[in-house]
Amino acid sequence: MDNAQLLISGLANGCVYGLIALGFVLIYKATEAVNFAQGDFMMLGAFVTIGLTNTEYMGLPFWLALPISLGIMGALGYLLDRLIIRRIFGESQTAVVILTIALGFVIRFAAGLIWGHEPQTLQNPLAGKEVRFGGLVLGMEDVAVIVVTILLTWGLYVFFSRTKLGLAMQGASQNQLAAYYMGIPVKRVQGFIWALAGVVAGIAGILFAAKGSVDPTTGLLGIKAFAAAVIGGFGSLPGALAGGLIVGVIEPFASRYIAAGYSQIAPYALLLVVLIFRPNGLFSQVRIKKV
Amino acid sequence: MTEPILTIRNVESFYGPIMAIRGVSLDVHVGQIVSILGANGAGKTTLLKTVSGVMDPEKGKIIFDDQEIQGLEPHKVVQKGIVHVPEGREVFPLMTVDENLSLGAYTSSNKGQIDHDRDLVFSYFPILKDRRMQEAGTLSGGQQQMLAIGRGLMASPKIMLLDEPSLGLSPLLVQEIFGILKRLNTEQNMTMMLVEQNANAALDLARHGYVMEVGRIVMDGAADILMQSDDIQNFYLGVQEEGARENRRWKRKKTWR
Ligand SMILES: Nc1ncnc2c1ncn2[C@@H]1O[C@H](COP(=O)(O)OP(=O)(O)OP(=O)(O)O)[C@@H](O)[C@H]1O
Ligand SMILES: [Mg+2]
Repeated sequence: MDNAQLLISGLANGCVYGLIALGFVLIYKATEAVNFAQGDFMMLGAFVTIGLTNTEYMGLPFWLALPISLGIMGALGYLLDRLIIRRIFGESQTAVVILTIALGFVIRFAAGLIWGHEPQTLQNPLAGKEVRFGGLVLGMEDVAVIVVTILLTWGLYVFFSRTKLGLAMQGASQNQLAAYYMGIPVKRVQGFIWALAGVVAGIAGILFAAKGSVDPTTGLLGIKAFAAAVIGGFGSLPGALAGGLIVGVIEPFASRYIAAGYSQIAPYALLLVVLIFRPNGLFSQVRIKKV
Repeated sequence: MTEPILTIRNVESFYGPIMAIRGVSLDVHVGQIVSILGANGAGKTTLLKTVSGVMDPEKGKIIFDDQEIQGLEPHKVVQKGIVHVPEGREVFPLMTVDENLSLGAYTSSNKGQIDHDRDLVFSYFPILKDRRMQEAGTLSGGQQQMLAIGRGLMASPKIMLLDEPSLGLSPLLVQEIFGILKRLNTEQNMTMMLVEQNANAALDLARHGYVMEVGRIVMDGAADILMQSDDIQNFYLGVQEEGARENRRWKRKKTWR
């Protein structure tokens, strides 16, 4: 019973890591650059929603605040590409990496200025509720996180495999030149991918702030999500989610069965093991292109 | 003769400081297959890229359907009816055959037309129908080439720019694919601009041929006449009556110099 509860709360954490990892991979596949501000985007999404909905700020109804904050996060992702990333297009990928790391600092600083440095929780309709399932007592938020992640994964799957824009995003990230030849407006499609990564980060942030508290440094767990993405195989969307879940689950079990401190290093230990035995990640989609 | 559907006039394209196309002019008429021959690095691919808008020319005009299209974005060019089937297939490797075909129709939103084009592609390349759920990266080279051509057809083009469709294929497959191109031309009245190093196959198919060398057109004429020309015979059809040394000396006095 106890283990089952550990598993559920680990999975709920893992969902958040997985969603951040998903953002990493989306952008990596589209632009071959890594957005190291993805974790800070998540934190920002959390604070934007808190700012809109918590009573000490704007106090908007929760269900109204959700679409607004996701809209803001999507717009920020899009503008980041439009105004900054595209300008340094053609520079080395290191330039993009450094830029996004710097951006992370800026977001943390700005969030501290606007919302302060105290940990805060998102006021939401599910707060404090419990579900009983057999003998298990589960936090409603944990269950919601898992359900939302499943729905989002399904939605993204349908979007990528069924819609024209989704297929075009896949195409543009698998073979950019061919995408141009097919008449896909690659730059615009990449802008939409940044927007989508912003929205996914926003959802991760909302889930995170609903089940725990955030402060401006929360975004640093993006590094753990990055490890999750690498474990899953950088470049595979399902792999990113799976990597997140694995990391999420391994943490509570490591602290329970090894020693408390081990939950901190377990994800990175796993990362090392994976890199040694499966350098392309657990779920990599590496294929040799035929001539 | 009819007005040409595609007219290229004095086009110059650069890679940074390197001038890859040095004032090329040519015409393609509706329903024609025009072939462009040339050695490696002659600028054939660059010419096609310039027409399809993947590269912008520094100088010159490209007129398609009475409109100037030089410097347009590639997606605008595709919408006008020019589709580029690139050198080396360039399929989307992790997507299925069907999804690759769907992306070929990206610029179209006419469902009926797309379904019609898909049926057309499957009627010319039945193997693609059998493999529609297979990932494109796992197809054989010849199948990938068929997919690349089929994907191009999905844009319902008025003209296809084909860049070395014979590259890396066995003689038998080249024959098969060129046979299908021939049928597309006669049955669908498909206009084509065909870049090739396989002069034999290309001139067999084409009505008119151009020969490129270091960024210029150095020779052009009806395909059957080019086929007879000594220069083509020697240089591209690999007729080697003399030794290699002899050949090299001959190169210096090619008639177009
Ligand atoms: N991306 C590039 N950057 C710089 N120079 C290039 C680039 N692509 C091609 N070139 C140069 O432009 C010239 C023409 O190249 P192009 O690819 O058009 O030749 P090609 O006739 O298609 O040759 P091939 O038969 O080998 O495909 C060559 O000298 C080549 O080195
Ligand atoms: Mg070429």
